[in-house]
Amino acid sequence: MIELRYFAWVRERIGLSSEHLETHAATVAELVAELVSREERYAAAFADLKSLRVALDQELSDFDAPLAGVREVAFFPPMTGG
Amino acid sequence: MRLSVQEAAFDAGAELNKFSAGATGAGAVVSFTGLVRGDAGLTAMEIEHYPGMTEKAIAAIMDQTLSRWSLTDALVIHRFGRLTVGETIMMVATASPHRADAFAAAEFLMDYLKSRAPFWKREERSGGTAWVAAKDTDEAALGRWSSDGSME
Repeated sequence: MIELRYFAWVRERIGLSSEHLETHAATVAELVAELVSREERYAAAFADLKSLRVALDQELSDFDAPLAGVREVAFFPPMTGG
Repeated sequence: MRLSVQEAAFDAGAELNKFSAGATGAGAVVSFTGLVRGDAGLTAMEIEHYPGMTEKAIAAIMDQTLSRWSLTDALVIHRFGRLTVGETIMMVATASPHRADAFAAAEFLMDYLKSRAPFWKREERSGGTAWVAAKDTDEAALGRWSSDGSME
């Protein structure tokens, strides 16, 4: 079971800030494909992966990264701090 | 080294005085304060963040800064929540024996906070709200820091 976290417009498009998911996805990209196939709102959120960032257990990562042992996956747009 | 991610307003002047007073061994203190800019029609700014990751990401950036430059101390305060025009969003301060390291380290901290700390700004205008898009120039700013810590 992993926890999914969504921020900024990703959160707004999906309509949730977090959820739990039982998945067999081996990589982030496989997880995204699984989510996109579920419902249109996920397809809308993940339409352009270049405009998205992913963090695994609160560390910036990438879409090819393996999910083995990961507990928390977060998706968000490029950061705009400062 | 002090790091605070907070919703509450803070007095940047008082924080800077406290930081300077505690900067034993330093001959230079550089600080930067970021404000909500009163762009045309802007009424407020909502800052979302990723609790937990935000603190970890900033601490990692601060560690990197302290290992690259000769600093005696560093400070980062960054707010989240709803801020109105003119309010202080964040500040950084660096203390060093000499000014060159204090200036460079403060700029490096700012460049990394902009693009690598999980904050997202949403602007409120009379016509509605819109997420601020990341700028290519912010990403490019990271590239100018070569691995030896000097500006290219």
